Amino acid sequence: MNSRVGYVAFNTFREAVRDRVLYNLIAFVLLLSGAAILVGEVSIDIERLVVVNLGLTAVSLFGVVIAILIGIGLVSKEIDKRTLYTVLSRPVRRWEFVVGKFFGLTGTLVVNTFFMALGVLLALLYVAHKFEKMDAWVLVALYFIVLQFLIVCALALFFSSFSTPLMSAVFTFALFVIGSLSDDLRGFARITHGTAGGLATAIAYLVPNFSALNVINQVAHGDAVPGRLILYNTIYGLLYSAMAISGAVLIFQRRDLK
Amino acid sequence: MAAIEILDLEKSYLVGFWRKRPKLALRPLRLTIEQGEVFGFLGPNGAGKTTTLKLLMGLVYPTAGTARILGMAMDDAAVKTQIGFLPEQPYFYDHLTARELLNYYGQLSGIPAKGRAVRVEQMLARVGLNDSAGMPLRKFSKGMLQRVGLAQAILHDPKLVFLDEPMSGLDPMGRREVRDLIQQLRSEGKTVFFSTHILSDAEALCDRVGVIHQGELRGVGAVAELTSEKRGKIEIVFYAQRVPASLTSLGAEARVSGDMVNAVLPEEQQDAAIDILRRERLRLISLTPVRSSLEEYYIQKLRPTEDTTTQLPGGQVRKEENRKGVGV
Repeated sequence: MNSRVGYVAFNTFREAVRDRVLYNLIAFVLLLSGAAILVGEVSIDIERLVVVNLGLTAVSLFGVVIAILIGIGLVSKEIDKRTLYTVLSRPVRRWEFVVGKFFGLTGTLVVNTFFMALGVLLALLYVAHKFEKMDAWVLVALYFIVLQFLIVCALALFFSSFSTPLMSAVFTFALFVIGSLSDDLRGFARITHGTAGGLATAIAYLVPNFSALNVINQVAHGDAVPGRLILYNTIYGLLYSAMAISGAVLIFQRRDLK
Repeated sequence: MAAIEILDLEKSYLVGFWRKRPKLALRPLRLTIEQGEVFGFLGPNGAGKTTTLKLLMGLVYPTAGTARILGMAMDDAAVKTQIGFLPEQPYFYDHLTARELLNYYGQLSGIPAKGRAVRVEQMLARVGLNDSAGMPLRKFSKGMLQRVGLAQAILHDPKLVFLDEPMSGLDPMGRREVRDLIQQLRSEGKTVFFSTHILSDAEALCDRVGVIHQGELRGVGAVAELTSEKRGKIEIVFYAQRVPASLTSLGAEARVSGDMVNAVLPEEQQDAAIDILRRERLRLISLTPVRSSLEEYYIQKLRPTEDTTTQLPGGQVRKEENRKGVGV
C-alpha cells in the first residue's frame, strides 16, 4: 500500500476508534446480545436459531449504521472543519486521501465487527453450552457481513463526495434497503416485460446485491454455505466497492473544496 | 526565480439551484512575489483572499490562468514538499494530541521517521506547546489551535509559507507571538504570503502589500514607500489652552485636548507657524511631517475602481501597479 494511503488510513482508524459514539454502539449491540440470550431461553429448542438470527442481524444493522454515520462524515467533516486543507496542501493526492479514508473506515468496522461477533459467539456459547461444527458457518455469515460493510462504506464515501451528509445518509441507507431486497427485485424483473421489465432488470443489477451476502437465516438453521458462493461474494464485494470508490475518487478529484 | 508568479488566475463559481449562473470570485490576477519577501494580502471579508490561497493550494481549480510556485507549475506535486499552509481558523482532529497530529503531518510531508520525532518536539517548543503536547486537541483553546496550525505549516521546513488570516481570533499576546514567528521566518529567508484585514499587522510585518476587493487586485505597494510618502503637511503639537488666531489664519486645522494643541497645516507654513509660537511664547512639543498610513492607502484602494485609477501617482495604470515595486 502507498505509504500516504496507509498514514491516512491509520489516522482515520485512530480517530474513529477514539470516538466515543462507536463504543456506545458496541455497548448497544452487547445489550442486544443479552436480549438474544433472554429470548433464546424462552424459545424452547430453538435457542441457537434465535440467538444466531438476532445476534447476526444486530451486528449487520449496527455495523451498517456505523458505516453510514462515519462514512458520510469522513470527507464532508474534513472539508467543513478545514482539516482537509492542511492534508491536501502536502504531497498527498486526492485519490490517496479518499482511498486512505476508505481503508481506515473498513479497518474500524472490521475491529468493530470482531467485538460484536465476540458478543454473538459468547451468547451462542451461553445458550448452547458448547460450539458445534455447524457454528463455523456463523463465521462465514460474519465474513459476508464484513463484505456488506465494505460496500456500504464505499457507497457512503461515493455519495459524500458530491452531496451533503444528510443526503448521503439517505441515499446510502436507501441503497442498502433496496439492495437487501434485490432478490425480490430480480424476481419482479423476471416476470415483468417491456420498459418496466427492462428498468427493473437494470435496477436489480445496478444496486448492490445484499441478498446474496445475507446468509444469516441459512446458518441459523445450521445449513452449510457453498464454497463457490464464498468465492463469488468475495469477488463481488471487492469489485463493487472498488467501483464505488473509483467513482468517489473521480468526483472528488474534480471537486472545488469551497 | 520568483517565489510566486500568478499569471491571470481567475475563478468563478456556478451558483443557483436550477439555473446555474457563474459568479466571479476572482478576476484575472497577475502578481509576483519574490523570494524572501513577506507579502500581505489585504482586503475585507469576501474580497477574494481565501479564494486566491485556495487556488494556489490546489483546493479549488482555476477557471482560467495559472501560477508558478518556486519555479514549478502550481499543480506539480513537488511544490507541496516546499510549501506550508495555515488555513483560516484552523481546526484539527479532535481525538489526536498535538504531538500525534504533527507526527501525522510529518509522515504526510515525507519527513523521514528517523528525525521526525525530534522535529515535532522542536516545533512544539517553537510555538510554546511542549506542556500541552499530550492533550487531545478538542481541549485546546482557539489560540492554542492557531499555534498548532502554525507548527504544522512550518514543520517540514518549507521555503514558502501561506498563512490565511493568521492573527484572526487571537488575543493581543497571541497576535504578538504570531508576529514574532513571521519575523523569525523572514530572518530565516523564508517567503511568507499572508492574508489579513488587520492593517497594523501588515504594516509591522510586510515588505509589500496587495489590496484586493470584490475579487479584483486594486493595488500593490512597498509598505516602506507607502508609509514614508509625505503629504505636504506638517503636524505641530504645543502646550496651549486655545488655538492662536494667527495660526488658524495660516490654514491650520487645530484641536485642543487638555492643555495641548494639535495643529495640521501646509508644509510651506512651517516657519511662519514656529514664528507664531515664539511670539506667543508657547512651548513646542513636536513637529513632524504628516505621512501616509497603510490605512489611507487601503481605504483609497477600496473605493470604486475609476477613482483609484485616476488617483495613482505618476499616472500609472492599474495593470502596471501589480508588478513588484510599482504602483504605490
